[in-house]
Amino acid sequence: MNELPQQLANGLALGALYGLIAIGYTMVYGIVQLINFAHGEIFMIGGFGALTAYIALPSGTSLLVAIPLMIVGGAIASVGVATAAERFAYRPLRGAPRLAPLITAIGLSIVLQQLVWGFYPDAKKPRSFPEFPGESFKLFDNLYLQRADLFVLVLAPLCMLALGIFVAKSRSGRAMQATAQDPDTAKLMGINTDRIIVMAFAIGAAFAAVGAVAYGLDKGQINFEMGFILGLKAFTAAVLGGIGNIYGAMVGGVVLGLAEALSIAYIEEIPGMQQLGGGAWANVWAFVLLIVVLLVRPQGLLGERVADRA
Amino acid sequence: MRHRSLLIITTVVTTGALTLTACGSRDDSKGGSDSGKKTTVVIGVDAPLTGSLSALGQGIKNSVDLAAKTANKNNEVPGVEFKIEALDDQAVPASGQANATKLVGNKDVLGVVGPLNSGVSQSMQGVFGKADLAQVSPANTNPALSQGDKWGKGEKARPFKTYFRTATTDVIQGKFAAQYLYNDAKKKKVYVVDDKQTYGAGLAAIFSAEFKRLGGTIAGTDHVTVKETDFSSTADKVKASGADSVYFGGQYPEGGLLSDQVKKAGAKIPTMGGDGIYDPAFIKASGVANDGDLSTSVGYPVEKLPTAKKFLTDYQAGGYKDPYGAYGGYSYDAAWALVQAIKTVVADNDGKVPADARAKVVEALAKVSFDGVTGKVAFDEFGDTTNKQLTVYAVKGGAWADVKSATFED
Repeated sequence: MNELPQQLANGLALGALYGLIAIGYTMVYGIVQLINFAHGEIFMIGGFGALTAYIALPSGTSLLVAIPLMIVGGAIASVGVATAAERFAYRPLRGAPRLAPLITAIGLSIVLQQLVWGFYPDAKKPRSFPEFPGESFKLFDNLYLQRADLFVLVLAPLCMLALGIFVAKSRSGRAMQATAQDPDTAKLMGINTDRIIVMAFAIGAAFAAVGAVAYGLDKGQINFEMGFILGLKAFTAAVLGGIGNIYGAMVGGVVLGLAEALSIAYIEEIPGMQQLGGGAWANVWAFVLLIVVLLVRPQGLLGERVADRA
Repeated sequence: MRHRSLLIITTVVTTGALTLTACGSRDDSKGGSDSGKKTTVVIGVDAPLTGSLSALGQGIKNSVDLAAKTANKNNEVPGVEFKIEALDDQAVPASGQANATKLVGNKDVLGVVGPLNSGVSQSMQGVFGKADLAQVSPANTNPALSQGDKWGKGEKARPFKTYFRTATTDVIQGKFAAQYLYNDAKKKKVYVVDDKQTYGAGLAAIFSAEFKRLGGTIAGTDHVTVKETDFSSTADKVKASGADSVYFGGQYPEGGLLSDQVKKAGAKIPTMGGDGIYDPAFIKASGVANDGDLSTSVGYPVEKLPTAKKFLTDYQAGGYKDPYGAYGGYSYDAAWALVQAIKTVVADNDGKVPADARAKVVEALAKVSFDGVTGKVAFDEFGDTTNKQLTVYAVKGGAWADVKSATFED
């Protein structure tokens, strides 16, 4: 049986999830050149916000009704935390050397994990998350699409499209582009750059919340540690696609997801490479790909070569 | 109104506290009549108290706590008051080593129960070995911990004389699982997945060897990474291989997700694992369609042992928030073995704790023998338990149900 279509579908779904989270890294980096390492935790908090919304709903509510409300609940939680983090942890350090906010971000990530661990009821163990009932869809003999994968494969491009239109067409979006290019001049032109920065954090957080709901629906559980590895992978995706470029985040995510899925399935079938295949080596191959791409295109797949503005 | 209720609460709390102190001092005078004042002996506990394995870790801590309280209540060792000091290793070897150093530094600690993970134990053994501090693990199953790295080649050598365990090793567990899957469940083609950790990889290797020896086929092997959650690509490989079962060497967070994703990929085959997946959290993680998944665990089901009845009622009466889990009985026995060893040492020294108590406890522990919660508790020349009972459990209607209990025979 040819398992290629199935592995491609797996990779795409995983990549779309990476892409949704990577948006948060790339937007914030594009505007304030900050690598917000706490973004993985923002994603995790989005998941717990969504779970809270689900628990608050009367039991027996159809998932079709519940999911939009869960996304809203997750987004409220993640956007709230992200904007608060911006206001109280990053803004006071805006003029500081670049390493200061980076360390702050790492510290914030630990704090957020511990807060959820300590204060969310029963969060010390994985908490179960609602799942789609029913079997996966059979498209072909060798291609089954799980409901949760379908969910993320439909929702991620829609969100990207909405974000693309917003950034290109709306007044705030263009203000965002201007701030990314040159914050000082943008300020002189009357743009409230603080507001734009908050907006970048908020949009990234909302995307992370959508990703968290998709993740929960797929895996059937969320836990306080889930943001760490996924955050790292999403950050990798953002760099791979060209950090600062929102389409790059999605492209990077999909490439990374496909690379992982295909390396798990096929590396070990190459003669002599049996020892280097399988799930144990997936991350190694993903990072080999990242290094190769960065050697050829240091700015990432879709990144633009920009002169360093000192 | 608020002030009045506050007043009432304060009164109640103060009265309660006074009553408790009164009880405490009365006990003290009773126990201390022969030797004046009670010496405090601390039993250290190291387990993952937080993180994804905390379900098991809390059970270990509570069971040791229960053993210490029981020993105090029965005045098991006259003149000695037991306390526990529980440290959290989060299943991380480096934390385990730091905890081991901390426990060694506390002069009152005469023995340690833990840890849960074989990998963590590796980092702690050396620390305890140097300090002559006895360590009894209720859950480590990797053979190398007690029999040295070359156990597979038949050259058994005990690396640390301070290391003991009440759990049976993976050699026995892996073989037992293979025999059950091949002979009883009639599965002939298994896909083996492990998590690359000391416990998981070791167990999977022993299982695979025995399964092949019996005549079964290994349809394929793969590895997953701890704390990752997307195993869909591995699941599809399982399906494509045409295997009729999956064996997973690892812990329940990854095991549960793997079982779920294999079934979602369209392969309706059972996943089997070791005691690392024998936890209610496995069923929670593996979702709804997991009936038929199997696990082995050391010992007979605690609920079915006549010796365990008292443990069960005491545990309930203790009011612990978390269940005793897969290792509760073994943890209680591990702590009780330490209590018995300390009892011998104290009795040999005219009812006082000697100056070199740690080394003497290690010696005494090797000779301990009593009927514990999980059966006869005694250690062989490697520090391994002499108890070789195992049970196969299956998921039935959202809970683990025991399907076969037997004493392992090679």
